[in-house]
Amino acid sequence: MTQAFRIETGGLINREKKLSFKFNGKSYSGYEGDTLASALLANGVHLVGRSFKYHRPRGFFGAGVDEPYAVVQLYRNGETEPNIKATEQELFEGLEAKSVNCWPNVNFDIGAINNFLKIFLPAGFYYKTFMWPKSFWYRIYEPFIRKAAGLGVASTKHDNERYEHKYEYCDLLIAGSGPSGLAGAYAAAKNGAKVILAEDKPRFGGSLLTSDVNIGNQSGKDWAEGIIAELKTMSNVVVKNRSQIFGYYDHNMLVMSEKVSDHLPNTKKYHPNKRLWYIRAKEVLISSGSIERPIVFGNNDTPGVMLSSAAKEYLKVYGVLVGRNPLVFTNNDSGYETAIEFKKLGVDPIILDTRKNPASEIIDEAKNLGINIKNSYVVVAAQGYKKVKSADIASISDDKKQLGKIESIKCDCICVSGFWTPSIHLASQSGNKTKFKEEIDAFVPGQSKQNERTLGAANGVFSLEETLKTSFAAGSELSKKITENDNEVPVPNVVEKKFSQHDKFWCVPLPEGKNYKRFLDFQNDVSVSDVEIALREGYRSIEHVKRYTTLGMATDQGKTSNLNGLQLVSEIENKVVPAVGHTTFRPPYTPVSIGAIVGREVGKHSKPTRKSPMHNWHEKNNAVFVDAGVWLRPRYYKRGNENLFEASKREAKNVRTNVGVCDVTTLGKIDIKGPDAAEFLNRVYTNAWLKLPVGKARYGVMLREDGIVMDDGTTTRISENHYHMTTTTAQAANVLSHLEYYLQLVWPKLNVNVVSTTEQWAGAAIAGPKSRVLLQKLFPNSDVSNEGLPFMGYMEGDLFGVKARIFRISFSGELAYEVNVESDNGNYMWEKIVEVGEQFKIQPYGTEALSTLRIEMGHVAGSELDGRTIPYDNALEGLVSKKKDFIGKRSLQRAAFTAHDRQRIVGVVPLDKKTSIPEGSHLVKDANAPLPNPKLGHISASCWSVEHDNPFSLAILKDGKNMIGEKLFVMSPLKNKVIPVEIVSSHYVDPKGERVRS
Amino acid sequence: MLYIKCPHCGMRPQTEFSYGGDASVKRPELNKDVSDQEWDDFVYNRKSLRGKHLELWQHISGCRQWIKVERDTATHEIFRTFKADEEVA
Repeated sequence: MTQAFRIETGGLINREKKLSFKFNGKSYSGYEGDTLASALLANGVHLVGRSFKYHRPRGFFGAGVDEPYAVVQLYRNGETEPNIKATEQELFEGLEAKSVNCWPNVNFDIGAINNFLKIFLPAGFYYKTFMWPKSFWYRIYEPFIRKAAGLGVASTKHDNERYEHKYEYCDLLIAGSGPSGLAGAYAAAKNGAKVILAEDKPRFGGSLLTSDVNIGNQSGKDWAEGIIAELKTMSNVVVKNRSQIFGYYDHNMLVMSEKVSDHLPNTKKYHPNKRLWYIRAKEVLISSGSIERPIVFGNNDTPGVMLSSAAKEYLKVYGVLVGRNPLVFTNNDSGYETAIEFKKLGVDPIILDTRKNPASEIIDEAKNLGINIKNSYVVVAAQGYKKVKSADIASISDDKKQLGKIESIKCDCICVSGFWTPSIHLASQSGNKTKFKEEIDAFVPGQSKQNERTLGAANGVFSLEETLKTSFAAGSELSKKITENDNEVPVPNVVEKKFSQHDKFWCVPLPEGKNYKRFLDFQNDVSVSDVEIALREGYRSIEHVKRYTTLGMATDQGKTSNLNGLQLVSEIENKVVPAVGHTTFRPPYTPVSIGAIVGREVGKHSKPTRKSPMHNWHEKNNAVFVDAGVWLRPRYYKRGNENLFEASKREAKNVRTNVGVCDVTTLGKIDIKGPDAAEFLNRVYTNAWLKLPVGKARYGVMLREDGIVMDDGTTTRISENHYHMTTTTAQAANVLSHLEYYLQLVWPKLNVNVVSTTEQWAGAAIAGPKSRVLLQKLFPNSDVSNEGLPFMGYMEGDLFGVKARIFRISFSGELAYEVNVESDNGNYMWEKIVEVGEQFKIQPYGTEALSTLRIEMGHVAGSELDGRTIPYDNALEGLVSKKKDFIGKRSLQRAAFTAHDRQRIVGVVPLDKKTSIPEGSHLVKDANAPLPNPKLGHISASCWSVEHDNPFSLAILKDGKNMIGEKLFVMSPLKNKVIPVEIVSSHYVDPKGERVRS
Repeated sequence: MLYIKCPHCGMRPQTEFSYGGDASVKRPELNKDVSDQEWDDFVYNRKSLRGKHLELWQHISGCRQWIKVERDTATHEIFRTFKADEEVA
């Protein structure tokens, strides 16, 4: 098909470069500089989709961001993207798109039967219809609605495109490059201010691209081009096209989505698809312009009915005729501009003006051109199914209530202008309380809330001269405040046509005996009668009406429908529009790709990965890793065909019989220094710390102020005023903040400093009965005998030339040590331990064996210290000092914490000594009790005891102290398991703790 | 995203800070007898007011200092910020 509706010359497209593309499988051609919409219109394609609810045929209504109909599914470079507006998608070679919301195809859509069932699909239809029977919801109603609704299909494949985030600061951020944006940017830039000018379209200039005006003795378009060219040369200015500022957040933070690659067939190497800009601006100029408002009449959604400004844009920018027989239906002078552009090309439009006797320069021009103008005339209804074929028109009485005799006239498009609605979204998002401006029947920004100012049409100023004057002044004034420069920029002289007053008419009454659908919201299929029903059913607040009818809730967010909806509510309620108020404008102004919001933080990049200095060794030795917070830790070291269970059992057993080594670098480490360090620790921990000698370690438990255990670990006195604290891997950052809180805010007089040294030290735990003989070989010059280095002792040693710290502490319950060296020497230390340890049958062990060892010893860890337990619950009450005060002590007196049947840690063994117990299962007395079966406790950690060779678990059990020996049931409905168990002591191995002291 | 003036580092984005709650709460002295009511007020009871609120933030990805921020909880307007040991008049 040739481009039959493309005029021979004119437009801003590049006619040198022809592009081919496919729509619904059919090939077409367009030009570089086209949008998908303009290229389809050039080929005479008006039918692009089906409407959301009634599946009525839909065409193009606008030419840009406000488009409610032309939402397509795009295919590009092997990927697909839904919800693309054809009016915004630039054409590229090989583009493919499809209609959405229709099946089997756009020309014959089965869902269109809804159009004839519309009497059954009124407002609130979902709420009324799908309510019963209740069981039908998941099985029948919801799947049906899901299939019927939606404007496209999201890809289920991994998105190979890249998205970037960028943080930027500027003096002035300017949203929109129409006349006011250009003037503001230029004046501010000349004062040396750092300016960012953002334009959502590919071309700068806004309304200047299509309007017939003169600025500084050149056309508006040439003036805009000149300004942009100059701004681009200035180092203090960033000019961005294809960039939509979609959100205005707190403290002058605005977010902009830049489409970097969407206009190209492929994303260039190293380029992102989109770039999200977080811009902190000192001042913001909102020059987002205005959007033409439709007039509501019968079948006003028929393809071929569109905004008159869109028809003009297709002509002036793309050189496309939206029809050869146009009807212009207007209540103001804007429609005349469009009609004149048609007439200049030899197309004869008819103007229907709702006004009785309008007079202005532009109307005179239209008359002089011989355009057929009918005053006090309206379109009653569009006729035609997939395309406008004719219009029923009639004269209208002065009070706009009575229609005259209905005549039918032939036309192939109806260009509608119901005056202009300022785009106040950004201003409103900033917190600006908008006000209603009577002269233009629309809301405009009121008092500024943040450092923002709205200019030009967005502020309800439609005169170019006034716009330029105020915008130059604003740009100068705001930049002067920041840069203190005052370079006067002269305001150019402007030649424009003066407009006459518009008609406050927005909705054509229904002719007698006719029941045409008159649409308010074109994307969500909300008609006048739907809003009438909502009001009749008692909905009053505009927010409620919106949600009940879904008016303005589609992806276009009611850019073309909001005000007409308000007009209708105010008319029925007999209130003025400002009293009805408008719904809240929320970001984003236009839909934003989830990919752009997520940015680079996907997959492995969603969080940092921390590795210990010994990571490479683990990798080389077949470690299977597990995520421990942001750390990667070896879970087990695989030998041959071993699975997790077999490997961890082998590793744990080897610790109990020989010696094992475990990477404990991930433990949090905090260096504490100062003369008051002992006193500080004494307040932080529940046990006594004042008398800990130098060279000794102590186990400590710290609470939150509410008495709940926060963390545990050992702290070692390195020297008189120097301590080394360890925390659990998970709580390291919280404990540091906790200590800083008390030092900085609660007890600032304590002379203590704390700093994290987690990254500075590499740690290896050496555990097992043969650990001492190994240590002797590693530190031949140190006395590591039971006397020289007793349990909880500390010394420094020389590990083959490397300085090391040796702690005699044990998590496994075996005779054990922890050796720390500076991180850079971590790998050296590890290799030495393994090399020397070979003669003692040393094996590395991972977190799974580590857990096994601590569980059968009854040592608590994160799964017991889960933010819900107090020291007593963990059998740690022996560490709670009765003499001194400490953080959280007073809370331990709470009645629930001192109850006689308080929960407490116990051991759990299955009666059959075989069935392993799932973690998280509940403990109950009677497995057959009716649901909800009273829960006595839960399984916190499970293992296979290598000492007893049967399953063993820890549990937090109500009245655990008196339950030893009881028989209960473990229930796991998730795993469908009921296991009879016996409650035993949590210290399943070496209950007297002799091994650690041996 | 809030823009918070750290009294030590200057204007910094909210993402560098973590929130620490009501700054007017005073911890009872150590070793002092405290009634249940007094202790509950300290640990649990907060005003959760609408309007001007003095609160704690920690500049966690910066100088790690705890600071006091006077912020309107409804509008997010920040009036003043103080160092941990600065008296708020």
